[in-house]
Amino acid sequence: MKRLATAIAFAAVVAFATQAASAQTLNAVKNRGELVCGANGTLAGFGMPDPQGKWTGFDVDFCRAIAAAIFNDPTKVKFVPLTAKDRFTALQSGEIDVLSRNTTWTLSRDAALGLDFPAVTYYDGQGFMVHKSLKVSSALELNGAAVCVQQGTTTELNLADYFRTHHMDLKTVTFASADEALKAYETGRCDSYTTDSSGLYGERLQLAEPSEHIVLPEIISKEPLSPVVRQGDNQWTDIVRWTHFAMIDAEELGVNQTNVDEKLKSDDPETRRMLGVEGQYGEALGLTNDWVYRIIKRVGNYGEVFERNIGQGSPLKIARGLNALWTKGGLQYGPPFR
Amino acid sequence: MSAIGGEFRVRGAAAHAGVFGWLRANLFSSPANAALTLVCILAIAWIAPPLIRFLFLDAVWSGEGRDACLASIAQPHPGACWAFVRVWFSYFVYGSYPMGERWRVDLFFLALALGVVWLSWLSAPRRDVGAGYFFIALPILSFVLLHGAPLIGLAVVPTALWGGVLVTVVVAAIGMVFSLPLGILLALARRSDMPVVRLFAVAFIEFVRGVPLITVLFMASVMLPLFVPERLAPDKLLRALIGVALFASAYMAEVVRGGLVAVSRGQYEAARALGLTYWRMMGLVILPQALGVTLPNIVNTFIGLFKDTTLVFVVGIFDFLRTIEAARADPKWTAPTTTVTGYVVAALFYFVCCYGMSRYARSVEARLARAGRR
Repeated sequence: MKRLATAIAFAAVVAFATQAASAQTLNAVKNRGELVCGANGTLAGFGMPDPQGKWTGFDVDFCRAIAAAIFNDPTKVKFVPLTAKDRFTALQSGEIDVLSRNTTWTLSRDAALGLDFPAVTYYDGQGFMVHKSLKVSSALELNGAAVCVQQGTTTELNLADYFRTHHMDLKTVTFASADEALKAYETGRCDSYTTDSSGLYGERLQLAEPSEHIVLPEIISKEPLSPVVRQGDNQWTDIVRWTHFAMIDAEELGVNQTNVDEKLKSDDPETRRMLGVEGQYGEALGLTNDWVYRIIKRVGNYGEVFERNIGQGSPLKIARGLNALWTKGGLQYGPPFR
Repeated sequence: MSAIGGEFRVRGAAAHAGVFGWLRANLFSSPANAALTLVCILAIAWIAPPLIRFLFLDAVWSGEGRDACLASIAQPHPGACWAFVRVWFSYFVYGSYPMGERWRVDLFFLALALGVVWLSWLSAPRRDVGAGYFFIALPILSFVLLHGAPLIGLAVVPTALWGGVLVTVVVAAIGMVFSLPLGILLALARRSDMPVVRLFAVAFIEFVRGVPLITVLFMASVMLPLFVPERLAPDKLLRALIGVALFASAYMAEVVRGGLVAVSRGQYEAARALGLTYWRMMGLVILPQALGVTLPNIVNTFIGLFKDTTLVFVVGIFDFLRTIEAARADPKWTAPTTTVTGYVVAALFYFVCCYGMSRYARSVEARLARAGRR
């Protein structure tokens, strides 16, 4: 019965979504004069307001990059704070143009909700934090450990799976909220605390002695975070996807916020194509040819955005890890500009 | 207090005069009473010193970031991180309301305070003008101020930017202002002789009371946009406002109905016998008595509503409590004491507001009781 109701709800949602998406999102955004972006609002480093009420974060800067590409002005974005529950409806109903809110790309979401996931902007995954005095340097040494975890989450299931596959004994200590789990870990009820690694760094700062705790290198689940758009408007999907690729490629080509003006005079053919000195690549997307120049000038390349919000330039100090460029052992890889 | 109690106290005071007499009469009058007094004193002695130390003595009053609120050699057990509240305070009050336009919010708070004082201060001059100001001029003024009117040069501020105390006050005020008249109408409709009206009122009240507020908010915020085109869908905050107002009016209707039942049948019959029409009977005879009887319940509902406004966070609206929860995640300030300090501020705010309402209700009750005796 419940399944039937869910199926009907999905069908209604999908039917509506396809109809809404046939409208040209880019034109709607241009006519409105601003981009409407769904964001988190309470996730440190990814999306939250600063004390002046100005939105900041990694996911937020991605929306600013899209706005810079369209309007040459990163401030022409209206941010709508969304909860995990209402984020997809807000997109399906047309309330927002793009969702940039630490959303994991999964098959069911991609296939059943009438949505598209253009590109992975951040490779996240579940990690472990332990006290330094435990002298553990790998999650594989956690045999028999008590692990604090928030109950009812995929985190809890991944944890059990991981220990089973590696034939290790596990004692889970579950808590209703992440706050309680962290508190219990700090007071010594568990040897380790686990959650998505992006959150792990922020939560470590809530501890009395953050430097006494380390995040282990193992990532035990795949959580590829991607912006989300409505299915059916291919031009808009392309713009969102290539905004990310442009920021990746700019980092790879060494183009950043400070040197982008000099790089306009570069001899490198790929750089010239990317910055719109040669070719009509921007117009093919429905934008101007200097769209990448605008993104880099107003917002910065992928590395700059990363370091500023969550990397070494921020209190979170998250290592690039999987999010390093493919040339540096990571997974971030942008297709060529040609 | 009855005369017997007064007489008793006078006799007690005469028997044991002075401080010890007072103590004996009030705190140690029986063995059970003495034990309770001791338990309370112990509890206070146990709770108060660490609380005072945390909130004031060990508290960090100024600083540039989380380092100030962390334990150090000079400050091994840092208390409340007030520096964090200081930096984030304007966000708690205004949310993301644009910096240059915040005077409009201040003006709104002032105008609202004027209206509240004018109406609630029972011996204020020209309270009829005050009512007109509160129920007609103030809503229009507030809308123009907060939302904006391009015609007179006030830029439109979309409600997505509103937040903090502003949102809490707006949601609570709209809920209260609409729920009382709507609730009275619904209560009258439920006791009406007209079957269709009665059926509608019963269905509405029972349906709304049968679902949690969170469900109403979800329906208004998540389902509604799927059924109406984007252009026609009302603003997100407006959706939540309508949801809260309808929800509160269903509860208010039952409270008012309780008051209507309490008014004796003879009053209805006497009013009818005087030849009053239905509306004059209700307006002049029944409602003044019914509302007076049920005033504590009305205020109780208002206090509940005020605290329920925190639920709007589930639809992504940043009310006062939510702004604190957002701020505590700020990596520049996260420290072991930051979250606690934020919640202390929230508790203080809600307590002051709710206790104020409750005290005001008590004073009006006392006045009504005096008037009833005359």
